[in-house]
Amino acid sequence: MADAVFLAISIMTIGSAIAALEVRSLIYGSIALMGTLGGIAGFFLLLDSPFVAMFQIAVYIGSIAVLILFTVMLVRRQLIFTKIEDKRRKYAGIGLMLIMMVGLGAIVIGSGIKSIQTDEPPVDFREIGEDFLIYYWPALILMALILAASVIGALTLARREDVTNEQHTT
Amino acid sequence: MSNTLLDFMIVSIALLAIGIYGVSVKRNAIRMLFAIEIIVNAANLNLVAFARFLPGSEGQTFALFSIAIAAAEVGVGLALIIVAYRMYKNVDIAEFRSLKG
Repeated sequence: MADAVFLAISIMTIGSAIAALEVRSLIYGSIALMGTLGGIAGFFLLLDSPFVAMFQIAVYIGSIAVLILFTVMLVRRQLIFTKIEDKRRKYAGIGLMLIMMVGLGAIVIGSGIKSIQTDEPPVDFREIGEDFLIYYWPALILMALILAASVIGALTLARREDVTNEQHTT
Repeated sequence: MSNTLLDFMIVSIALLAIGIYGVSVKRNAIRMLFAIEIIVNAANLNLVAFARFLPGSEGQTFALFSIAIAAAEVGVGLALIIVAYRMYKNVDIAEFRSLKG
């Protein structure tokens, strides 16, 4: 059975995920998204993987959330506070969400996963380092190249000055 | 450890469903990016939970890879949103007309 810390973190995570999508202002939405990401980092700590939790905090809360906040600030004020959505589409989306929750939940509960128990010691971060440097070093180099390429691509995209729209000008 | 694998999986499923709701309903491009982030985090939570309950450290390694790739994806996505905002002066994806075939 789940303990109190787990329940608190899961309520915070799921609640702020809903808030991130439903709060009217995009700025408060991105702050709520930070709550979700921090809650996931808390789950990683509960799962005895502090290395991944620190990585999550550094990458997500440290960089991605700040990046999203700055992008939101670049957008016009009026767009930040208006919500555009279809009522019927919203109800269909809520239905889809409930169907997915119930369906996947039933599959998982029925799958016998409940009986999995563990009494092993948690994985040491030295093992993760060995994994990275011995088995997955080609993937690590590839990931570095992908990150560099995406940073360069994002910079060149955002720096373009000649972006115009023919449909609006004509 | 008092929490079972099932607890973590249920939270992960809830986050996945919320993310899919956001992707399918929201028309604001930035909010769709929020929803995609929530889905990616649900997947990471699943990876780490299985890595804890099954022997081996690969789950945590893959979660680290996944976090790094998600960072790259958000950077490019936000740059695309900024370019589209400059073109259309809007973040409503229904207004991005020249992307239609």
